[in-house]
Amino acid sequence: MKDRIFRVNMTNLFTSIEEVPAAWAALGGRGLTSEIVAAEVDPSCHPLGASNKLVFAPGLLSGTVAANSGRLSCGAKSPLTGTIKESNAGGTAAQMLARLGCKALVIEGKPQEDKWYSLHVTPQGVTISEETELVGKGNFQVVDTVHSRLGQQHGVITIGPAGEMLLLAANISVKDPDGKLRSHGRGGLGAVMGSKRIKFIAIDPADSTIPLADPETFKKASRTFAKALLEHPVSQTLGEYGTDILINVVNEAGALPTRNFTKGQFEGHDAISGETMHELIKKRGGKVKHFCHKGCVIQCSQVYNDKNGKYLTSGFEYESIWAMGADCCVDDLDIIAEADHLMDDIGIDTIETSVAMGVAMEAGILDFGNGKEALRILREEVAKGTPLGRIIGCGAGTVGKTFGVTRVPVVKNQAIPAYDPRAVKGIGITYATSTMGADHTAGYTIATNLLNSGGHVDPLSKQGQVELSRNLQIATAAVDSTGMCIFTAFAILDDERCLPALVDMINARFGTSLTADDVTALGKRILKTERQFNMQAGFTSAHDRLPEFFSLEAVSPHNATWDFSGREIDEFWDF
Amino acid sequence: MKVRVRLFGAFRQGRFRDKILDLEAGITPSGVMESLGIDAGKAGIIMVNSRHASLDRALSEGDILAVFPAVGGG
Repeated sequence: MKDRIFRVNMTNLFTSIEEVPAAWAALGGRGLTSEIVAAEVDPSCHPLGASNKLVFAPGLLSGTVAANSGRLSCGAKSPLTGTIKESNAGGTAAQMLARLGCKALVIEGKPQEDKWYSLHVTPQGVTISEETELVGKGNFQVVDTVHSRLGQQHGVITIGPAGEMLLLAANISVKDPDGKLRSHGRGGLGAVMGSKRIKFIAIDPADSTIPLADPETFKKASRTFAKALLEHPVSQTLGEYGTDILINVVNEAGALPTRNFTKGQFEGHDAISGETMHELIKKRGGKVKHFCHKGCVIQCSQVYNDKNGKYLTSGFEYESIWAMGADCCVDDLDIIAEADHLMDDIGIDTIETSVAMGVAMEAGILDFGNGKEALRILREEVAKGTPLGRIIGCGAGTVGKTFGVTRVPVVKNQAIPAYDPRAVKGIGITYATSTMGADHTAGYTIATNLLNSGGHVDPLSKQGQVELSRNLQIATAAVDSTGMCIFTAFAILDDERCLPALVDMINARFGTSLTADDVTALGKRILKTERQFNMQAGFTSAHDRLPEFFSLEAVSPHNATWDFSGREIDEFWDF
Repeated sequence: MKVRVRLFGAFRQGRFRDKILDLEAGITPSGVMESLGIDAGKAGIIMVNSRHASLDRALSEGDILAVFPAVGGG
């Protein structure tokens, strides 16, 4: 099916289908969402007002048989950071939208009436319906209800109560192949969807296939790519232990932020590690391997059951486990799993909310390690929108300001994730300079600083970190445009067959003749477009900084501080 | 000499998590792995006292050696 732009205007409730402008033809995923937001959204607008736009775009290779290509990008101006935002997620929606010929779904305006709506994406376009039954309901009920109304094969993109309440940490969830959820987690995009009064988007299960300019070359390249992914040892460990395998690695390296970023190692690390999770899953009858979309050959996800063998959560990730675990000093994987499931249902970012909980612990709202109270706060305060719940649901920065905490781990108001920048300095450069606020995925220097992928750069030295972060941020912006999962990057960094195969697939899909240099140029262009938007929104290099406490307080066990000058950080943008 | 050895991921299977071993002076991480029946070529990350180290670095009394398979995520 031919690619087109699907547009929805929530002010007048009109929808349309447009030809793809030539300038957007070679873009997908993050490249396309950022291009559209930069072209059509006033950088000075209120993120929750009618002028902001919410854009979904499958990657360039989504919907094809290319392994691990099912990521969906979602972009807007972020209400959490005030910057441009792209957050990508797995699930089934990217492949389904791509097969419907939906290159991008652009949602603009804001309804004038106090009503809620749903969208239904079909091959003919988008229809808008008023929604009453599911207002106030959790994400899992939304998925179940869409299944019973339209059939199990439909895709679902949904917000929970957090998005409806416009909480700044609200996420957007995407149905996975089992009817569970993956999330566009970061930056409060759920609040943008809530501001447009859209409770959910259902996607028709079209059975059309993606047209390929050169099917033979595509087949050959996709086989090479899948083989390289499968053979990479990291892919194999990820399948067995999930991303949570990182807990013990990062802890051993002294970079696991603990007790609201006051220590670099957590005594309870082994209890929440990937190794322990692996044993518990096997003992309790869950699934060690699980994929978030068809065609994933890594399968880092899992199904985690409680001690009675009943489903507790799935897609149980390192970042979520670290945040509610080490950062809040909760050493009970079952409590963390329950929190993960609750946050999925409420529709709120596990990283932002759990880091906010850690700041609340520092403020004395609850004690460090009190996981049961954290669960109560999620269930009875955040989900119900009490004043405390809204404060925590608006993220770590809001909690810090409200309660006068000075140790608040945020950059551009977005919570710093699971690697202490004092002990892994490359990731500190990424947190500081990312166009998205503190975001580890934007330029995952952990690969090279800690995991020996793409070489090794000493995590505690300043040497080479700016260049490392720059190269990875450029490469990541391009990979985020292809629909490829970020975990393909380990093979791309280490296996020389991988990048050429990826470029060959893009060329064979679109009939282009791109080279690896064009991929780098694309990454640079995306970063510069995003940076330009942020500057027009009022951001300067003064915002590309880590919070002061990282420079003032040394973190154990390496006694490391953040010691980059502003000028050194700013060299990041010299390209 | 006494060295504390920590194993991770699949290296733990049939072995141990964390143990103090009595080893010959100057043994390397590679030698420790060999003594435990682990193929040194499968090591993804070696840390000694929470710093990255090579397979042929000589260990000293009281060191903490951590041996990981190739891991990723994030």
